[in-house]
Amino acid sequence: MPDLISVVDWSRWQFALTAMYHWLFVPLTLGLSVIVAIMETIYYKRRNPVWLSATKFWMLLFGINFALGVATGLILEFEFGTNWSNYSWFVGDIFGAPLAIEGIFAFFMESTFIAVMFFGWKKVSAGFHLASTWLTALGATISAWWILVANAWMQYPVGMEFDPVQMRNVMQSFADVALSPVAVHKFTHAVMSGWTLAGVFVVGVSCWFLLRRRHQELALKSVKVAGWVGLAGILLTLYSGDQSSLDVARVQPMKLAAMEGLYDGSRGQAISAFGIINPDKTPDNDEEPFLLDISVPKMLSLLATHNPDAFVPGINDLMKGVADVTASGDTVTTLSYAERIEAGRRSHEALRAFDAAYAAGDEGAMAEARKAIEADYGSFGFGYLDKPSDAVPPVAVTYYSFHIMVIIGGWLLLFFVAALFLAYRKRRVMERSRIVQWLGMITIPLVWVCSQAGWVVAEVGRQPWVIQNLMPTRAAISDLSASSVIITFWLFAAIFTALLAAELSIMLRAISRGPEHESSHVSPSTAEAK
Amino acid sequence: MTLWRRIIDLYVDGFRSMTVGRSLWAIIIIKLIIMFGVLKLFFFPDILGTNYDSDEERAGAVRTALSDSDR
Repeated sequence: MPDLISVVDWSRWQFALTAMYHWLFVPLTLGLSVIVAIMETIYYKRRNPVWLSATKFWMLLFGINFALGVATGLILEFEFGTNWSNYSWFVGDIFGAPLAIEGIFAFFMESTFIAVMFFGWKKVSAGFHLASTWLTALGATISAWWILVANAWMQYPVGMEFDPVQMRNVMQSFADVALSPVAVHKFTHAVMSGWTLAGVFVVGVSCWFLLRRRHQELALKSVKVAGWVGLAGILLTLYSGDQSSLDVARVQPMKLAAMEGLYDGSRGQAISAFGIINPDKTPDNDEEPFLLDISVPKMLSLLATHNPDAFVPGINDLMKGVADVTASGDTVTTLSYAERIEAGRRSHEALRAFDAAYAAGDEGAMAEARKAIEADYGSFGFGYLDKPSDAVPPVAVTYYSFHIMVIIGGWLLLFFVAALFLAYRKRRVMERSRIVQWLGMITIPLVWVCSQAGWVVAEVGRQPWVIQNLMPTRAAISDLSASSVIITFWLFAAIFTALLAAELSIMLRAISRGPEHESSHVSPSTAEAK
Repeated sequence: MTLWRRIIDLYVDGFRSMTVGRSLWAIIIIKLIIMFGVLKLFFFPDILGTNYDSDEERAGAVRTALSDSDR
């Protein structure tokens, strides 16, 4: 068992490392492709060479980011087959189908139109080039959809039926999987956070040009486009975040409780606006959850249910099985986690019976065992847990990640409003104020911290589950030695660090060189003239 | 000029005129060689695909592993 825990932990660290590295590039690709497409559209309409220069400059940075991020996601697929083989088999085509569709779109759509974007300036008409730029942005967004559908299914498994013969979850409704509210809100939240991140990137780099008194017209125009894209992005991120909190309260209430460090829920539950988690607090002791807590009354009930007086269960409530309190003050109970562990073990027992019946070819016993599995399948994953508190995620990591994300997100809203106000109304302040320009640049690393923190909330907050309630991480793992996972972890760390250094170096050199002079460009309209 | 000729020209001329793109392609190729030539080959076997011959055997192996509550 200790070696298994070590393999699970190292495999989780390895997956987290590769996923977080991959996510450094993806949101910038999603947002920058849209910003570039808008800039090219403005150039297409106005034929102002500054817009062409801006389009080509940001397109170059998009290309650098895309090239260095490309294929980093493939390593995640290697890990599924090697480290998480039980999981990969168990999820079957539900996970495989969206990933396959993503691969087809990523390969055919993005790579085809990216080639036209970069190589087609003198070869195709202006309209075709513009269409290719938009289709690249669309292709990247559609790719993200399928990945996020697969992730959403792990958080909210729907549209499937478990088949003990195949030992897989078999898709029953593609629409339920692809259009579940969790998938829709997760997609909107992640893609809009990409717009936000790219908006900050463009505004921040433009601030550097303004600080250096270089390419000022291009920088100001870029701030305007990126400011609007970023503002739309952060507003829609906030909206989809609100919708996601409703989803989490409904389908992953333990994650919500961990996000708020909430152990004992109540009606009209306050939200912890800022706090310091007591490191000695565990679900199994009576320590106070916080060393310091500044809270806002009723706000968690409002955010989680859109009703300021609603009951929000805490970690202890969920473990005990208290799910709600009625208007008259009566408690409404569901299955406690101890009962769910028993239910999960019954379903495992039924699976063993099915295995024996299957080996003996006893159809009647197989049908009976199948029924028994189905009866408790909703608690299948609980059968692997030793005690109810094993179903509690790491509270401190989830709490701090969530609050870092929210605090930086609030700053980003102010950031875009201020950037647009200055760019349109106080141009001279934008051009001359070093404080404003430095704030723009400092916000670049902050938005990446915010973006990564969001994924930490989503993925650490759902622990111990790899598939909510059906499979904990320790059951998903392959039969591997810890040493092989440790070797690949450090191998990845070294390779990824080198690649990241290469990206930063190429990106910084391209920024430092700046856009080419407007007159040196050949516009796509020359191709039309041919 | 045929459509295919124009498409080939697009790529040939595009690759010839690359500046930053040369470094990027070098990094992409090195990355892919490391991923598929080293990592996938030596460190990331498909466990079920390699160790079992049929889907029925793979399902059986996963069933045995997952019906163990003490896992």
